[in-house]
Amino acid sequence: MVAKRIIPCLDVKDGQVVKGINFVGLKEVGDAVEMGRKYSREGADELVYLDISATFEGRKTFVDLVGRIASVIDIPFTVGGGISSYDDAARLLDSGADKISVNSAAIARPELISQIARQYGSQFVVCAIDAKNIDGRWTATTHGGRQLTDKELFSWALEAQERGAGEILFTSMDHDGTKAGYPCEVYARLCESLRIPVIASGGAGSVDHIADVLTRGKADAALAASIFHYGEIPIPVLKAELDRKGIPVRL
Amino acid sequence: MIAIIDYGCGNLRSVENALGRLGCEYRLTADPAVFAAADKVLLPGVGSAKAAMDRLRELGLCESIRSLRRPVLGICVGMQVMCRDSEEGPTDGLDIFDAHVRKFDPSPEAKVPHMGWNRLGNLDGKLFKGMKGGEYVYFVHSYYAGLCQDTVATCRHGGKLFSAALRYENFYGTQFHPEKSGEVGETVLKNFLAL
Repeated sequence: MVAKRIIPCLDVKDGQVVKGINFVGLKEVGDAVEMGRKYSREGADELVYLDISATFEGRKTFVDLVGRIASVIDIPFTVGGGISSYDDAARLLDSGADKISVNSAAIARPELISQIARQYGSQFVVCAIDAKNIDGRWTATTHGGRQLTDKELFSWALEAQERGAGEILFTSMDHDGTKAGYPCEVYARLCESLRIPVIASGGAGSVDHIADVLTRGKADAALAASIFHYGEIPIPVLKAELDRKGIPVRL
Repeated sequence: MIAIIDYGCGNLRSVENALGRLGCEYRLTADPAVFAAADKVLLPGVGSAKAAMDRLRELGLCESIRSLRRPVLGICVGMQVMCRDSEEGPTDGLDIFDAHVRKFDPSPEAKVPHMGWNRLGNLDGKLFKGMKGGEYVYFVHSYYAGLCQDTVATCRHGGKLFSAALRYENFYGTQFHPEKSGEVGETVLKNFLAL
């Protein structure tokens, strides 16, 4: 049986890991390669690095960083943030990333998913969806939730799967940063409607929240940032607790 | 010297990085004279088995790989092309391992691709020295090699028990990615390099 995955997410700006609450008020928290190594030793199953640099220089630094991460880290890692074209994706995969995650660019141009999947394979493409509940409709957003799109979560996830995405990374912008837990019913519905794995992101504040989304929410993996970065829930403690609850995890 | 067969099928970077971490000297090559002279040969592969076989044929490498007498390790699709044949294409394989490669049937409990960390069982032989079974390793694949007389490790995905590793004489193959499997993967690679 495939183990449920625990994935720390590292937001990177100019080579440094930062984590904001709802994408504002960024704080520098550490070196990206060192933190990845630390998490990998502690039992993280995968890592996600998101580039939040806004400048050309910052993006170039990120590509170099991906090469350094690949030479040091011996577990799979995904990179994303600001991938707007096939060439951006190819550059990161060729630098040694195991997967890339696309978000706004895929919403603007869904064939980007097909293009990357055709060339590299589905397992290389993660489609990230940031959605919020607008009057009962789960609406995909961009720009950290500030901009609404015409895509609806469930139909967009299905389209991404049909275009060749290998995984869906769904963040509820209503829950992200709140530490109040995940919307498990929404995850359960999403997981049941897809053939590909779903990663839950945004909202974890306790071990029980994560256990909940992996069982009731049927998610294949849980991604979180601040609870790991600030040592609130160390990965070994989290995995031991999940194991005690009978959830299959890699120990 | 370790040779990594570079036949244009896949991201060799992660295998290179893993050998680099182990301090190994390696060369990327598609030259049979070079890999025939190597101490160990790695055959990585991602993408489809048919595309990989087509490339090996175009480059005229099939017979040179089959005739190697030093330890050879195929990884993922590299292992699958060393089997008899694959449903992916379909295509004939190098016919080293006595296994057929088939597609997983997806089910709610067993999504396809089989992606993530899963446990090894029925470990047999030097590739798994120091391991007792139950270790987690990293898989990403939609096709699997069935169980056969060359199976030296198994894994279960949903209701299907399949070959996680194969061995015939000096030829080894892993369906999982040792280069992405943390410390356990490093043990498997070290064991292979020590053969």
